[in-house]
Amino acid sequence: MTRTEPNRSSKSESENSGGGGGGTTAMRVIVPLQGVVQGRGGLFLGSVIPCAFFYFLQFYLKRNRKNEPDSGEPIPNPDSDSASPDPTRSQSVGNLTELASLPRSLSRILLSPRLSGGAASVSGRASCVIKGGDSPYHVGQKRVEEDPYDESGNPDGVIELGSAHTTKMDWVSEDPGEAISDGLCMSGIASYEPCHGLIELKTAVAGFMSEATKNSVSFDPSQLVLTSGAASAIEILSFCLADSGNAFLVPTPCSPGYDRDVKWRTGVDLIHVPCRSADNFNISMLVLDRGFYLAKKRGVKIRGVIISNPWNPTGTLLTRENLYALLDFARERNIHIISNEVFAGSVHEEGGEFVSMAEIVDTEENVDRERVHIIYDLSKDLSFPGLRTAAIYSFNESVLSASRKLTTLSPVSSPTQHLLISAISSPKFVQRFVKTNRERLMRVYTELVKGLKELGIECTRSSGGFFCWVDMRGFMSSYSEKGEIELWNKLLNIGKINVIPGSCCHCIEPGWFRLCFSNLSETDVPVVMNRIRKVCETCKS
Amino acid sequence: TSTHFSLPSLQSIFSLSPIVFRAVTYHVFKALKKKMGLPLMMERSSNNNNVVELSRVAVSDTHGEDSPYFAGWKAYDENPYEESHNPSGVIQMGLAENQVSFDLLESYLAKKNPEVSMWGSKGAPGFRENALFQDYHGLKSFRQAMASFMQQIRGGKARFDPDRIVLTAGATAANELLTFILADPNDALLVPTPYYPGFDRDLRWRTGVRIVPIHCDSSNHFQITPEALEQAYQTARDANIRVRGVLITNPSNPLGATVQKKVLEDLLDFCVRMNIHLVSDEIYSGSVFHASEFTSVAEIVENIDDVSVKERVHIVYSLSKDLGLPGFRVGTIYSYNDNVVRTARRMSSFTLVSSQTQHMLASMLSDEEFTEKYIRINRERLRRRYETIVEGLKKAGIECLKGNAGLFCWMNLGFLLDTKTKQGELELWDVILKELKLNISPGSSCHCSEYGWFRVCFANMSEKTLEIALERIHEFMDRRRGF
Repeated sequence: MTRTEPNRSSKSESENSGGGGGGTTAMRVIVPLQGVVQGRGGLFLGSVIPCAFFYFLQFYLKRNRKNEPDSGEPIPNPDSDSASPDPTRSQSVGNLTELASLPRSLSRILLSPRLSGGAASVSGRASCVIKGGDSPYHVGQKRVEEDPYDESGNPDGVIELGSAHTTKMDWVSEDPGEAISDGLCMSGIASYEPCHGLIELKTAVAGFMSEATKNSVSFDPSQLVLTSGAASAIEILSFCLADSGNAFLVPTPCSPGYDRDVKWRTGVDLIHVPCRSADNFNISMLVLDRGFYLAKKRGVKIRGVIISNPWNPTGTLLTRENLYALLDFARERNIHIISNEVFAGSVHEEGGEFVSMAEIVDTEENVDRERVHIIYDLSKDLSFPGLRTAAIYSFNESVLSASRKLTTLSPVSSPTQHLLISAISSPKFVQRFVKTNRERLMRVYTELVKGLKELGIECTRSSGGFFCWVDMRGFMSSYSEKGEIELWNKLLNIGKINVIPGSCCHCIEPGWFRLCFSNLSETDVPVVMNRIRKVCETCKS
Repeated sequence: TSTHFSLPSLQSIFSLSPIVFRAVTYHVFKALKKKMGLPLMMERSSNNNNVVELSRVAVSDTHGEDSPYFAGWKAYDENPYEESHNPSGVIQMGLAENQVSFDLLESYLAKKNPEVSMWGSKGAPGFRENALFQDYHGLKSFRQAMASFMQQIRGGKARFDPDRIVLTAGATAANELLTFILADPNDALLVPTPYYPGFDRDLRWRTGVRIVPIHCDSSNHFQITPEALEQAYQTARDANIRVRGVLITNPSNPLGATVQKKVLEDLLDFCVRMNIHLVSDEIYSGSVFHASEFTSVAEIVENIDDVSVKERVHIVYSLSKDLGLPGFRVGTIYSYNDNVVRTARRMSSFTLVSSQTQHMLASMLSDEEFTEKYIRINRERLRRRYETIVEGLKKAGIECLKGNAGLFCWMNLGFLLDTKTKQGELELWDVILKELKLNISPGSSCHCSEYGWFRVCFANMSEKTLEIALERIHEFMDRRRGF
C-alpha cells in the first residue's frame, strides 16, 4: 500500500498541472509527464535528455572553438605589437635588465586591413621573439660580443662563461686537416642529397655515439636523422611528439635553450618541475608526478618529459635507477621521453659512467622503445659547433619518417657532411681528440673547483659536460630573484665575466649560477678567480 | 489502474536515481565519445599496451610527399637513366637543378688552391676558426659576398645591405621562416597559381598557415591580374581568414617567365592598400636569359623613401639554382623591415648554414670578375638549352608558354587529354612516365587551374640526354598522330 500512495499523490499533482488546458491536449502533456514522474522509462529519459542537451552544447562549443586559432599558446592580440610578456620570467627580472628598444609607436597603429599607410604587423610568434631579447642570457652575450676578452689584446674584456660559444681554441694541437686526406670533389657534393644525412655520415655518427657509451650499446644508423644543430633537433621532436597547446615536463634547473627550441614556433609549452639543492638537484619521481597531475588538473595534456644526461647545467650523470624510474613513469602515463645526450662524449670525471637511455630500453619491448628519443650533437664532442650537425635517434618509425621529411627545413650542408665523414671515420684521430678533450676538461674543472673553494664557493659535482653549477647564495644581498640579478649584474659589470643566472635555467632557488668552462684554458682560470674574488669582496663589504 | 509494472517506491527510486543517473551518463558519455572522437573526459590512460601517440603535425600528410610531383621522383630513383648502363631508364625532367655551368665552378676552384676552397682563405689553420664559428649573424665576409652577388645579378639596379641579410639552410627554410614571422596559425598567404608544389609543405606544414590561391590562366600568359588578386582576397575574407601577405616567385616556378614590372608595381600598391606583406622568392633571378627582362622588387623599392612601404617587402634568395649548388643549402632572407631581420636572425638558429660552407663560398662570390663571367655564361647556356627544347617540342607539335627564365619550360599538352579534368591529366602523366619513361611534373600538382600543362626541366642533364628525351617525345607524338 505504501507503494501506490505516493504514486497517487503525484498523479494528482500532474493532473492538476496539466489540467489547465483542454481535454486532449492536456492528456498529451500529462501522459508523458506521468511517465516521467512515475518512473516508467521516464527516469531514464529524464536523466538522459538533459545530459544529452548539455553534451551537445559542449560539442557545439568545442567545434566552434576548433575553427579559431589553436588556443593553446597565448596568441597575443594581433592588433598590437606588444605581445604578452614572457610568462617564465618574473616581473623583477624584467625591471632590472635593459629593455629591448621596440619602437613603441608601432603598438598603437591600428592594423585593420583598410587603413593605408599603416605598418604591416608581424605575427604573434615573432613578437614573442623580439620581446625575449632582453633576458640576461642575451644581454650577457651582447656584452661579450662588444668587449671580448683576449689574453694579450684585451685583458680587461668580458670573459665568456655563459655558453659554449667558443671564440678561440688554442689548445687544439691536433690538426684535423691531416685527417682529411681526400680533397673534396665538387661534383660529388653539390647536388641534392638526402637532407637527413648521408648514410656514411650516419654510420660514423652511430659509431661515435657507441664510443661515448663505451660500446655498451650499438646504435643503428638507419634510426638516425641528421639535422643542423641541437636546437633544430629538439624543435623537430617537439613538432612530432606534441600538438600546439600540449606541454612537456622539464625538471629544472634546465638548459635555457629549451625556452627557445621547444616553445617559439611549436606552440608547445614547458612545465617546469623543480629539483632542490637539498636533494643535490636529483630528479624526484614524486615531484615529477605532482607536476604531471597539476598540469592535468589545469587541463594541459602532457606529451613527454625532457631530460638531459649528463645534466645541463649541473653536470650530474643520471644513474640506471633514475633512468628505469623515468621509463616506468613514462610508461604509466603513456608519454614520451626525450633524452638530450649532447654531452655524452664529454664525461670528464674519472670513472664516471654514462648510461644512455638507449641502453635502458635495449631489453624492453617494442612499445616502450617507441617512447624514447635521443638527441645527440656532434659539435659538442668534437668542438666543431660551426659545422652544425646534430642527430635524432629514435626507435619509433613514425617519428623517424616525419623527422626525415622535416629535415628539408634544417638540413646539414653536403660539403660539411663529406668533411665530417672524412674526419670522424679515422678512428685514430677521433680517439686521440676525444681523449685530449676529456683530459683537458677534467684539468680545467679541477682547477676551477679548487679556486672556487678557496673563495668559499661550492658547486655541485659535475661529472660530464661543460658546465659548473655554482652556489653563490652567500653573496646575494637578498635571498630572492632580485638579489640574484643584482649579483649577476655585479659579476658582469664589475667582474667582467658573463655567467648564466639560475633564473634563466628556471631554478627555483635563487643564487645558483651556471659557469661554462669549455673555452677556458688552464692559464685563464686564475684570471677568472681574481675577477670573482673582486666581486665577492664588494659583496661582503 | 496498474498500467505500470510494479516498481520500488518513489522514495527508493529517488535514492537510487543518483546511481542510475551516473551509470547512465557514464555510458552515454562513453558511447558519444567513441562516436565523435572527442576527449570529453580526462581519463587516466591505463597501461593496456597503448601505443604512445604522435602529434598532428607528425601524422598529417601536409608534407605533400604523396603528390605526383614526388611520386615521379621515386620512379626515377628505381630506374634512373644512364647513357651507357641504362639507356632505357627514366629520364628525370621533374627536378629543377642547374648542371649546365658546373664546369665553370670546378675550373675556378681547381685554379685556386684546393685547400682554399675547402677551408677558406687561411687554409687548414683556418679550420679551427671555421669549426668554432657559430654566430647566427653569419660570416660578415660571406654576407658581403652574397650582397654583392645579388646586386650583380640585378645589374646593379638595386643595392643590398649585408646587415639585412639573414642566412638560412636553403630557400625552403627561408620561406618557412618568413611565414612563421609574418603570419599566425590559420592566417593566409596569397600565392598565384600555378606555384611550386613545395610551398604546400614549406608554407603550411608546421606553421599552420593557409595558402589562398590567386588564380591565373593562360589567357594572359598566367600573369597576375588585379581582378584575380581582389577575388582571392575576397575569398579569404568570406571564409573569415585573415590575409597576411602575398608570396610570388619571380621569375616564376613553374612558368619559367619573369613577372612584368607593371604587375609588380600593382602588387605593391595592393599590399600597401591592404596593409599586408609582399614576399618575393627570387631564387631563379640569376637564371633569366636576358638581364634586361628581369625586374626585381628590390628595384622598385629602391626609389621609394616611404619606410612603411619598404617595410613590407621581403626577398628570398638561394644559391641552389643559380650556382647549381643545392647540396650546399645556402638560402637568404633579405628584408627591409628591421623587426623581421632581427627576428629572422634569431629564429635562424634552427637552420644555420655551416661555417665551412660560408667560408668556402665567401671567397668565390666576392671575386667579382668570376661572378660576372659566370652569370653571363650561365644565362647564355640556359637560353640555348631553352631554345633547343622549345624548338624540339614545336617540331613534335607541342606548344610551350613563352618563357624567358628558369631551368624549365611550361608545356601545353591539353590537346592530348581525353577529358579536361585532373584525372585526365594524371592519366596522361602516368602514360608519359610509364611509356616514355620521362618524369615531368603535372600542372595539377602545381595547383594550376587549367588542366593539361606540364613542367619540363632541361638543365639537370647533358645535351645528349636532352636530345634523347626529345626523340622519345617525337616518337610518342608520331604514334599518337598515326592512330
